[in-house]
Amino acid sequence: MSTEKKLANKKRRNQNIAFGLFTGISYSVVGLLFVILAFIVVKGIGVISWEFISAMPKEGMTAGGIFPAIVGTLCLVLVSMVFAFPVGVFAAIYMNEYVKDGWVKKIIKQMTNNLAGVPSIVFGLFGMSLFVNKLGFGDSILAGGLTLGLLVLPVVIRTTEESLKAVENTFRQASLGLGASKWQTTRNVVFPIAFPNIITGLILSIGRVSGETAPILFTVAAYFLPKLPTSIFDQAMALPYHLYVISTSGTNIEASRAMAYGTALVLIVIVLISNLLANKLRKHFGKKVKMN
Amino acid sequence: MKTNLKKIREKVIESVLMLSSVTTSITVILIVFFLFIEGAGVFSRKPIDDGFLLAVAPSNSVQKLSPAQVKDVYDQKIKNWKEVGGADLPIVLFRTSDISDYYTDEELGENFENFPQKINELITKTPGIIAFFSETYKAKQFVGKELDIDKITISKFLSGEEWFPTAQPIAQMGVKPLIYGTLWVSFGAILIALPIGLAAAIYLSEIAKKKTRNLLKPLIELLAGIPSVVYGFFGLVIIVPLIQSTFNLPVGETALAGSVVLAIMALPTIITISEDAMRNTPRAMKEASLALGASQWQTIYKVVVPYSASGITAGAILGIGRAIGETMAVLMVTGNAAVIPHSFLAPVRTIPATIAAELGEAPNGGLHYEALFALGCILFIITFGINMLVEMVTNRKSHKKH
Repeated sequence: MSTEKKLANKKRRNQNIAFGLFTGISYSVVGLLFVILAFIVVKGIGVISWEFISAMPKEGMTAGGIFPAIVGTLCLVLVSMVFAFPVGVFAAIYMNEYVKDGWVKKIIKQMTNNLAGVPSIVFGLFGMSLFVNKLGFGDSILAGGLTLGLLVLPVVIRTTEESLKAVENTFRQASLGLGASKWQTTRNVVFPIAFPNIITGLILSIGRVSGETAPILFTVAAYFLPKLPTSIFDQAMALPYHLYVISTSGTNIEASRAMAYGTALVLIVIVLISNLLANKLRKHFGKKVKMN
Repeated sequence: MKTNLKKIREKVIESVLMLSSVTTSITVILIVFFLFIEGAGVFSRKPIDDGFLLAVAPSNSVQKLSPAQVKDVYDQKIKNWKEVGGADLPIVLFRTSDISDYYTDEELGENFENFPQKINELITKTPGIIAFFSETYKAKQFVGKELDIDKITISKFLSGEEWFPTAQPIAQMGVKPLIYGTLWVSFGAILIALPIGLAAAIYLSEIAKKKTRNLLKPLIELLAGIPSVVYGFFGLVIIVPLIQSTFNLPVGETALAGSVVLAIMALPTIITISEDAMRNTPRAMKEASLALGASQWQTIYKVVVPYSASGITAGAILGIGRAIGETMAVLMVTGNAAVIPHSFLAPVRTIPATIAAELGEAPNGGLHYEALFALGCILFIITFGINMLVEMVTNRKSHKKH
């Protein structure tokens, strides 16, 4: 009797130790997120001012602002999305609405997965060799934007496919049954229902694109360029690259540390807002679609 | 007529959609094509700058030197020809700039027009000489003997232990230190991240209440959204000094710093995938275990974890794949010393970091440029293999289920 009790006690004690450990570890992981965020916010918030957001860098990037880097990142996001969004959405529509299960679908799916697994620095090499050298775009927003566009294409395709899959088949059948063609059904019935979720994917991709550094190193990024780009064939500064430069190889690393904190904060705010927004939208529209 | 038009329109739209869907496939093929075309160039070249040559005196019996030997000769680690199979004769180093030690400006002529002839003279009178100079200075009747330099081969590229791609007179293109560096940092990261990730996954899927889970999971996923350059920056200003002071090191930029930063970055991948796998454990299995009197903890490690082993493995492999390809964070915290790692507390250099750090300075189409593309090929092959492995592991699992 007493040995049984002992055994049960031991069992319970083991479980308590294990569970306590796991709980602690899980909260530490989340705590880590807050440590990183708090650290950057605390150190960076003092640097943020209207001048920091809206002025050119000065004195070897130890003073002034990061305006050209912000504009450069926005340009890159725009170009990459103009390319990746329609192509990705069309691709997902084809995969989900048109092509039948079979080897074609399998291969395309596999290739999309493969593309998603390619390291970002390899995209940089590829972008440099194809867009910058072969097609002669030079170091430009166009070359960098297209490289980034290819990088996020799998993300756009995947999220769009998921949104299309979530649309119930009865909608399609009803539309087709009324004599609508496949494209009419897709455009007028399926797409509008899936659209909010597709936008979520778009926002997520924007977050991803604005934070990527390796693909733009050799395709667009300028070390220091105190003017705004005037066309897509211009070089540009970009936030992530700017952060890398001033934290590792600026003319005066100590003096530009404050600028680095500020840049990191701006970058992280852009990325996190897009992530949170996407999350919120997904939840919001998730309810709505179910109600239909 | 109208239906015909409609049909045509449908067909056109379908082809546009199809074209879009093959974009990813075309991109993968193009990446492979461009990477390998540029990278393969390195294997048809000699590791010496275009238009330069290495020559010795005609009486010298040495026919050729390996790149490593040339480097040792010029680093004065090898000082006598007999060490490389020649006669017992001290080696006399000569670079183009050394000419002023032997001849005055007047003797060389205003535009160095006498240069070729003077080199001839020098080679004739110095039997132990090894001369490195531009082919423009090579006389028409050159008296010296040009040294044979081996082309770079794939096996030498992979097994070489020195990476000095811009070294003069001969570039050292050995990627072993870079491959080792990459693997060390990545496996170190998984060693740290796997137990933590697994513990968090178990907590989220088996222990936490639904409400806690719904709160914590998006936060952990948010970790994946932070850009790698921000992780690098965080590592640089927090983790690097921490490691430096903890272990009392001269520099904190070490393999360990890289592993810690990569571990943080790999956590969301490992947690999300392992948790999904665990939640797929059939309820009946868990309840059977509990009904037999097993505690919840016993059920977790005897039933849930073994059942989801393939999912956990997939998560770990994917985590390694991410770590191997990660560039910016690693570049910023590992110190980038291209030596074969011997300790986690020493600087290392990874393949992606090498590409990122050096491509900007490598002249387009040159030897160095092509070598960096060859590095890209190696990286691509490794990550591609890892993705295939993940695919295999997860496919095996789905077969088991049916």
